[in-house]
Amino acid sequence: MANDPLGYSPDVWKQFAELGWLALPIPEEFGGLGGGAVEIGILMEAFGRGLVSEPYVATIVLGASLIDRCGSMAQKQASLPKIADGSLKLAFAHSERAARFDLAKVATAANKTAQGWRLAGSKIAVLDGHAADEIIVSALIHDHHGPSGRIGLFLVRATEPGLVISDYPRLGGGRACNIDLADVHLPEDALLGDGHDALPAIEWAVDRTMAALGAEAVGIMQTLLDTTLEYTKIRKQFGRPLSANQVIRHRLADMAMQVDESRSMALRAALKVDAAPVERARAASGAKAKIGKCARFVGEQSIQLHGGMGVTEELEVGAYFKRLVAFDTLFGGSAHHYGRHAQLGRTA
Amino acid sequence: MDLTFNAEERAFQSEVRGFIAKNLTEEMKRATALTPSVFSDPDIGMAWQRALHRQGWGAPGWPVEYGGPGWTPAQRWIFETESARAGVPNVNVMGVKMVGPVIIGFGNPEQKNFYLPRILSGEDYWCQGYSEPGSGSDLSSLKTRAVRDGDDYIINGTKIWTTHAHHANRMFALVRTSDGPRQQDGISFILIDMKTPGITTRPILTIGGDHEVNQVFFDDVRVPVANRVGEEGKGWTYGKYLLEFERGSGIASAKLREGLKAIADLAESDLTGRAIDSPDIATRISEVEVDIDALEMTELRVLSALQTGQNPGAVSSILKLRNSEIRQAVTRLGADVIGHDALAVEPMRPLYKLNHEPAIPEDMLTVVPEYLNGRAYTIFGGTSEIQRDIIAKMMLGI
Repeated sequence: MANDPLGYSPDVWKQFAELGWLALPIPEEFGGLGGGAVEIGILMEAFGRGLVSEPYVATIVLGASLIDRCGSMAQKQASLPKIADGSLKLAFAHSERAARFDLAKVATAANKTAQGWRLAGSKIAVLDGHAADEIIVSALIHDHHGPSGRIGLFLVRATEPGLVISDYPRLGGGRACNIDLADVHLPEDALLGDGHDALPAIEWAVDRTMAALGAEAVGIMQTLLDTTLEYTKIRKQFGRPLSANQVIRHRLADMAMQVDESRSMALRAALKVDAAPVERARAASGAKAKIGKCARFVGEQSIQLHGGMGVTEELEVGAYFKRLVAFDTLFGGSAHHYGRHAQLGRTA
Repeated sequence: MDLTFNAEERAFQSEVRGFIAKNLTEEMKRATALTPSVFSDPDIGMAWQRALHRQGWGAPGWPVEYGGPGWTPAQRWIFETESARAGVPNVNVMGVKMVGPVIIGFGNPEQKNFYLPRILSGEDYWCQGYSEPGSGSDLSSLKTRAVRDGDDYIINGTKIWTTHAHHANRMFALVRTSDGPRQQDGISFILIDMKTPGITTRPILTIGGDHEVNQVFFDDVRVPVANRVGEEGKGWTYGKYLLEFERGSGIASAKLREGLKAIADLAESDLTGRAIDSPDIATRISEVEVDIDALEMTELRVLSALQTGQNPGAVSSILKLRNSEIRQAVTRLGADVIGHDALAVEPMRPLYKLNHEPAIPEDMLTVVPEYLNGRAYTIFGGTSEIQRDIIAKMMLGI
């Protein structure tokens, strides 16, 4: 997979469209099914079980959500039906090196010009940017007075002159990229919506995404638990199966318990995606932090119980583990999100 | 699945709040907050039980024909959550939640007619005779023996960790009536009047300084055979049935949340020099809060599964394990939050009837005793190690 320059299968993407999975969260008026976060979670858990690497999160959970929330009627009509039928793939370019996990920190600049906008800056860790037809780029809006303090979201064609994508194989499957924008000129209507500060929408979309990724992590953990459990029944040492040893049985019990707690947290975050911002954010950060912690434990112990073979590329265990590490890292790890949870609690 | 209540449930919630506001006295509330052991003393706990009974809410889990209120799982959730929020007394569960279901499930009509009303009204106060000095986790190795003599059994032996034996007028006990091929065979479930000659009780102080548990000795204690529940020798089955109630009554998160709130309030107070301003403490509060969120969600998942007729099974072991571990995390956090005030020992009990000014603020008095006594949570009702054995066997099939 790491050597596959595409990182996913266009045929599978087509099947996703036929099954209605791409239309799932898109409103019915734009050719979607109007599903919610709980339905997305069910799908994501199944994706996790199979270690699916199609650009679903980038296009559907991040991309379509942002357009649906921020876009004008014309922008929604132009994009959402095409996302639903599989003919438009998106990515969201937001993170910057200097910002670490701070969603509010954007240095990429969007300068107002006579014809529209001029974007300049650098983005990192853009999920599936190489596969996208269009990329949603966040930038600090500069008007003729200088920086406005408002973040805007701009819809940029992947082929736009001045936009350079450097993509790389992503830990745990799929691909990601860094993007440089050197004086990318865009028309007026590349800006999503009316130029209100997009930070609340970005936080909303990332919280939704963390809920969805949490469900995916649950699926990954469940597969690791099932696989490891099976292995400890078959593998014999000292004349008996590994699972006959109490220390192994208790380790597996702890793993099962943490998978179950993670399932509860992912469901909780999904049920709260449309709650008031602080409640939603605390549920999302709580889930991200807790599931991240459980994911490391379940992943690391799956390798431990497979012994030396667990450390090799010959078993799938390693691939599943790496996807969990990527999950814990994306949008900030456990420590970051316990911190955000605590911070939000004090401002609540 | 939905996290919001419907109109009927909201109306019930108001009813519960109204009942609590009318019946929970300041004295009961303060005594409960200042009790660092598991259960309220009987004067406080039974006052609350009588109030619940007057309302018809004395035994939420019982069938309607025996005096249960016939609540839906959602109503039980609301009742438990509102009770925890308000800080109602912790009524000893040995009667309503433990021996009650066994008598309902396996008792004869005379036993049901005699005992159940007295449990509901709080007239009888029960203790549990299970563990013995030589039989902890390996409970079925118990040796207290009941030998048949005409219409009586003569009981000899000893029971330990007997919560509130010094208050109870009745005990339900597992005793050995014969020796079978397996050690689980030959155990009988028997109801004993604590005033019977030959019973003596020795107090055991726990490390937090509280007298909650005891050792009970039986020296030729004569108990009518009519006091046996179910068949002779089948007591292990009934005893295990009861243990499932002890572990998985299922709604613990609300109490944990109140416990954490009390600690967070202290952390935000000048009494602790605003411990919460330390990022380490703030983050640990969040970690515990998130663990409570996860447990609450699991409880709700179990509840909604029960509503659609599924069996929760070994998940009661997960609930017990997580509840006990989080409880300990809350109390550990508390002991850290109060800083140097954790050094002060207040030996007098009960803490709500001190006749002197304590060395530390009243809100802190229970913190260290709760931490110390709280080590028992992962030991009683089947240790964490036993629960992990159950999860491995019943859930994972190994």
